[in-house]
Amino acid sequence: MSTDSQQNIHHLPVLEFKSSTFSVPVLVLASNDIITIEQQLQEKIRLAPEFFQNSPLVFDLQELNSLDLDINVTDLINMIRKLGLLPIGIRGGVARQNQQALELGIPVHSVHSTKDSTANQSGTGVASTAATAGSQKQQVPKPEADPESQVVAASTMLLTQPVRSGQRIYASGDLIILAQVSAGAEILAEGNIHVYGSLRGRALAGVQGNTEARIFCSDLQAELISIAGNYKISEDLNGAVLNQPVQIYLQNHTLVIKDI
Amino acid sequence: MARIIVVTSGKGGVGKTTTSAAIAMGLAKKGHKTAVIDFDVGLRNLDLIMGCERRVVYDFVNVINGEATLNQALIRDKNCNQLYILPASQTRDKDALTQEGVGKILDELKKEFKYIVCDSPAGIEKGAHLAMYFADDAFIVTNPEVSSVRDSDRMLGILSSKSRRAEQNQEPIKEYLLLSRYSPDRVKLGEMLSVDDVQEILSLHLLGVIPESKSVLNASNSGTPVILDEKSDAGQAYADIVARYLGEDRPHRFIDEKKGLFGKLFGGR
Repeated sequence: MSTDSQQNIHHLPVLEFKSSTFSVPVLVLASNDIITIEQQLQEKIRLAPEFFQNSPLVFDLQELNSLDLDINVTDLINMIRKLGLLPIGIRGGVARQNQQALELGIPVHSVHSTKDSTANQSGTGVASTAATAGSQKQQVPKPEADPESQVVAASTMLLTQPVRSGQRIYASGDLIILAQVSAGAEILAEGNIHVYGSLRGRALAGVQGNTEARIFCSDLQAELISIAGNYKISEDLNGAVLNQPVQIYLQNHTLVIKDI
Repeated sequence: MARIIVVTSGKGGVGKTTTSAAIAMGLAKKGHKTAVIDFDVGLRNLDLIMGCERRVVYDFVNVINGEATLNQALIRDKNCNQLYILPASQTRDKDALTQEGVGKILDELKKEFKYIVCDSPAGIEKGAHLAMYFADDAFIVTNPEVSSVRDSDRMLGILSSKSRRAEQNQEPIKEYLLLSRYSPDRVKLGEMLSVDDVQEILSLHLLGVIPESKSVLNASNSGTPVILDEKSDAGQAYADIVARYLGEDRPHRFIDEKKGLFGKLFGGR
């Protein structure tokens, strides 16, 4: 997020309701054994710790309930939180489970396909209102995009105007720029960076530690490029890659610059 | 509908005041009622270039503070009755300007004038910020050298994010490039950036190239905007710029080397 949007706050109404769609991982359970779930979940987290850290999560009990397996929702929520995930919704639960979730501040999301269970029927009213409330809550931590940018997907920022010297752009996901990035400008993204113009400023991808992030640009003249903290300055770039369309990625903690 | 034009650059000494004086005069000469405002409070220059320094009674800051009315402060140009000058205060500094005060004056001017030209001070601080804040169009004056180009780029970033149009999510300011003090001979020798070099860095619509010219200094010293010197190359360049801004299609001049008869015969100098 750039500093510009902070200034807007003083000129615009201080709040506004918008509807957005987010992609959130859904944990579908097939067992009611919390210990086993915890072990297997831990395994998954170990594979991609950065992805799961503080990640929002919706858990889905539809399958469990169709198998008539009951689960203690309070224990489940506590276990998920203990592993560093942030549960933001329950789906497919029966009325009692939904009630337990609501008591812990977890909104209830409706499953459009299930209308057969009577428990679900009775909870529908609560579910739909809670779901809307829940989706509003999800918006709060999402940074409002730069006025000149458009949200393409949940976490992609698209800029169509040049990024000028002295400007700083931060994207919490991928960053796509269809114009040039001037010398003295700085673009940062937690995900990948694409620049379909000359890249003359500083480009930092994977700034939260994502070593899989890449930088793609159609004309490399950057002052600095960095992926997950591994950087090269302009002087380190050899003539073979300068002014070329390249991709930049991390291999064994070393930046690799390759033409595309 | 009145349009507010800011003449700005970031860097100092590139020709902002010369340009402001020339285009304001050019627009007025075409019959449009025009006001030109000096935002360089504390370093008042525009009145010198316009040759009206001895007629200054009240200034911009007096009007903001309510010590004089706008009509008392506006000076009618002696060459063109469609042109008015609002001089800066020499004894104050830029903190005397307020966004509210500037906004009020511009609103008042918009009722009477077709074009309002704001001559920005150098830098990116308060004076320059207020000069560009209310603008509809921006003339970016750039010299063909790297530091000037870099500063212009910075100013373009500010125009696109800190102006009123940007803050209120309106249509962005229209930006035009004016390349001044251009010398094709020196470009050929590699001592100066070419038009193409500058355009590649700034990717901006080129409104015109003003050649390096003795006539500019002469005009400044005598207090007559250079556009009135119709024989000079710089005067013609500004006349082209005004015409292009008003929608006329004129081919670009002064980009290539001048070749006289001898030049053509002997293949340059």
